[in-house]
Amino acid sequence: MDTSIWRPILYLIGFMAFAGLNAAYLGWCERKGAGRIQRRTGPMEVGFQGLLQPLADGLKLMSKQLLVPTGVDGILFRVAPILAMIPALTSFAVIPFAGNIQARSVELSVLLLFALASIAMMAILLGGWASGNKYAVISAARSVSQNLAYEIPMLVTVITVVMITGSMNLQDIAVHQQGGFWHWNIFALNKSILMPISFIIFFICSIAETNRAPFDMAEAESELVAGFMTEYGSMGFGLFMMGEYLNMVVGACLVTILFLGGWDCPFGLFPGVWWFLLKIYILLFTVIWVRWTFPRTQIYKLLNLSWKILIPFSLVNLLVTAAFIKIF
Amino acid sequence: MQATICQAAANQSLFSAESFVGIIFLITVGLIIAGAWIAVVSRRLVRCISGLAVCFTGVAGTYYFLLSPFLAMMQMLIYVGAVSILIAFGIMLATPEEGDTAGNKGSPIAGPLGFAVGALMFAALSVLGVKTDWQVFPRTGTGDMEAMGKALLTSHSMVFELISLVLLIAIIGALVLARRGRN
Repeated sequence: MDTSIWRPILYLIGFMAFAGLNAAYLGWCERKGAGRIQRRTGPMEVGFQGLLQPLADGLKLMSKQLLVPTGVDGILFRVAPILAMIPALTSFAVIPFAGNIQARSVELSVLLLFALASIAMMAILLGGWASGNKYAVISAARSVSQNLAYEIPMLVTVITVVMITGSMNLQDIAVHQQGGFWHWNIFALNKSILMPISFIIFFICSIAETNRAPFDMAEAESELVAGFMTEYGSMGFGLFMMGEYLNMVVGACLVTILFLGGWDCPFGLFPGVWWFLLKIYILLFTVIWVRWTFPRTQIYKLLNLSWKILIPFSLVNLLVTAAFIKIF
Repeated sequence: MQATICQAAANQSLFSAESFVGIIFLITVGLIIAGAWIAVVSRRLVRCISGLAVCFTGVAGTYYFLLSPFLAMMQMLIYVGAVSILIAFGIMLATPEEGDTAGNKGSPIAGPLGFAVGALMFAALSVLGVKTDWQVFPRTGTGDMEAMGKALLTSHSMVFELISLVLLIAIIGALVLARRGRN
């Protein structure tokens, strides 16, 4: 193993840059996508096609005062945005972008990612409660009940993939699917006939876990102002937003590695990090597309979808996969 | 383990790998103590829960130092991600007033008695820790998921069955409680 001091430093800089650029420019993509879908142009003023808009936004947010209203819980109010950001950043340490681009190959990296995701849930809860605002508390309660509900089918679906691969290492799972799209887990019908359904369940859950529309009950503007972020201004708000976008990126990476072959090319041509990036950006575009196409659901329907449809389906899926592995 | 780490830290320079590991170990211990302190001392219940979560994170760190990363992850996933969040959830929905614990003093002898019991426990544990001739047992098994799964389904299957029974009872109890409120 390379123990040079430069390796961790370079990875740290690289991931910080990747995370920062993604968090900033996914916001731009979102606004452009929203604009185009609604027959508008989106941001156009700052730079060519509004390309410098994220910079302007960042400057504006950072130059504002971090306002702590009276009646909030000071410490938790300040800690929550940081807690929202850190787990998403840390997750990049174990994500394999290509066969040789991975900061650290951890044996249980799948579990590690879910453990980190649960800290982000804590951040929403604490941020909402510390604000001392009824809307924020309602939003936090909704968001947590939603995240807990969708974590179950997500984990059960991940178990099917882990059973097929026999490893919890993201690197192994990706290597297992090399050699063309018919080896990818989403099309691995010879291992379990329900793999496409696994993929759909996992993708829906990953959208719900990142609190994105149509599942964005936590920040339903029309009923809860801005949800748990209502009392946050300046960079506190900025950190929550960046955390949300980074969680989207981590979710897309996870879907790509677990189901879409990681850095593998569909036709066996030039596998490499570019395929990985292409796949995650297609997924991220889909997430944005879904947000601006479907209206928000109700909280009851949302929870019913998870408890009455996704969890039974994922359990049946798990049983069928186990039976397939046992028989064949 | 602590002794070896301290020894290593004393022998090596500050920037060696061993002393770095020692510093991380001290950080996890610090997390446990600080988290427990916050959980006990804090006036607001949600802060107590946050302290509890910090304490659980530190315990996960010690599991990692005991060479069981799987347990460390599960500690994070279950205790930080589910248990403390559910407790916080319950508190948020149940308590009408926050930070109002002034009228809840209890008996006047409760404080000194609690202090005495705590001091006794501390003294006893300290004496045990110092006096006992600690032996380093060889590692049995690799502590990975495969070995753990096999052990749970073969030699320790009774525990597994009992846990599933407890969970079943918990689910039925939750259903009964939830149904009762609807009529």
